Amino acid sequence: MTAFFFFPIAIVVLISASLVIFFRNPVHSALSLLLTFFSLAGLYILLNAQFVAAIQVIVYAGAIMVLFLFVIMLLNLDKVKKERERHPLQKAFGILIASLLLVVLGSVIASGILYGTKGIYTVEKVAAIGNTKAIAGLLFTDWILPFEITSILLLAAIVGAIVLSKKEL
Amino acid sequence: MSELIIALSIIMVKVTVVFSVLMLMVAYVPLMERKVLGHMQVRHGPRRVGWHGLLQPIADGLKLFFKEEIIVDHANKGLYHLAPVLYMTCALALYAVIPFGNEINILGRVIPLHIADVNIGILYIFAISSLGIYGVVLAGWSSNNKYSLLGAIRASAQMISYELPLGLSIIGVVMLAGSLSMVEIVNAQENVWFILLQPFGFLLYLICAFAECSRTPFDLVECENELVAGYQTEYSSMKFALFYMAEYTHIIAVSAIAVTLFLGGWRDPLMSPVVWVLERIPVLGSLTIQLIGLVPPVVWFLMKVISFVFFFIWVRATFPRFRYDQLMGFGWKVLLPLTLVNIVITAFIMIIV
Repeated sequence: MTAFFFFPIAIVVLISASLVIFFRNPVHSALSLLLTFFSLAGLYILLNAQFVAAIQVIVYAGAIMVLFLFVIMLLNLDKVKKERERHPLQKAFGILIASLLLVVLGSVIASGILYGTKGIYTVEKVAAIGNTKAIAGLLFTDWILPFEITSILLLAAIVGAIVLSKKEL
Repeated sequence: MSELIIALSIIMVKVTVVFSVLMLMVAYVPLMERKVLGHMQVRHGPRRVGWHGLLQPIADGLKLFFKEEIIVDHANKGLYHLAPVLYMTCALALYAVIPFGNEINILGRVIPLHIADVNIGILYIFAISSLGIYGVVLAGWSSNNKYSLLGAIRASAQMISYELPLGLSIIGVVMLAGSLSMVEIVNAQENVWFILLQPFGFLLYLICAFAECSRTPFDLVECENELVAGYQTEYSSMKFALFYMAEYTHIIAVSAIAVTLFLGGWRDPLMSPVVWVLERIPVLGSLTIQLIGLVPPVVWFLMKVISFVFFFIWVRATFPRFRYDQLMGFGWKVLLPLTLVNIVITAFIMIIV
């Protein structure tokens, strides 16, 4: 059952993720990034993480990508595209860095660090408590400090944005 | 294996029934709107086609089917075709988690009357409705028209701004029910509907719902006198009709969600305060209780949804349109703080009581 859904979704994720960089039109790129986010949410559901899947769609696909599109449409990037110049060494550097990244990622996957020890939250346990309750419980007890620090960080960003955009306060 | 086939066919039947009833409603809500608006403005509304215009939706549908399909030059073809489909799909997908009746028994099988009971029901609704924006935005952008693009930009800004207070206005209900599942929320309203416990939350949800559907007084997205018709200016024939249908599907969906969250879903109005009052009325009271008990839950649900849709039309006939800066200011400076206050007050009362 899981494999039946996993492979189609995984293929969609990979294809749409690579289309993000292969499309010429920035709006098309943004849309394939949207498709990538959406299918990632599908993968989260296969992992029994419904809450994360919903948040992925609401935050990334629903809010952030709309703002991306918004900016792309307003800037009208068609004119910028023609003036884009290519540095002669650009391609060589790109290939070098990409292969280095491949080596790093490959070695991490090969070393097996990604499959750490299993936690106490098994699928049955999460299903019994409820996905949202399990996350909320952990977030507001064990992980309260990182949670609060993140919220202060976001608050600082909001205040900064307002200060930058308002000429007189 | 046969068990799986039976389960699948039950789901298919449910989806088909919901879809057919919904499409019937989508066809007749515009007629209802035209009739109600007409009578509110002291005229008759459509009454040429069929008895009191009852066949008008069919006539409109046929007309739209046979209209010429015009695709503008330099339109971004793929996205131009995709946009109405995306908008309609998102509007329809909302119905998957709405419970429309109690469990029924057919041939010894207990069939719950909802398509899916997801334990993150409300989040699912937000996720899907936030994707609906893309239909509008892409339609406006791909049709290569200034007015359409302006409409699309207004739409995206408006929907993002009002999604936030919309989500926060529901938190009160979630706190009271202790669950995100729509079925659980309806079950939690057995004694008293949440509109009595969350009147403020209901009001805020109502305002944001109007903005999310971009209905008057928040219909700046399609504002005929400034933007021609906004994002759908360049659409004709069935593609235009698809936008139109999606809009009404959305209105009915928002009404159904409001009914589920605040008005007891499919429950009859026999909540404990009403029963308490009715029991004190001699003879007539117990008769009313019996009569109310006779009406099946699905009928209650439909009646509530239709009254809510009527309310939508009523508001359209009553209020003028907002100015754009007023709309944004109202969303961020008034609605957002009010929803936060509502959450804090709800939490306080829940701890004290």
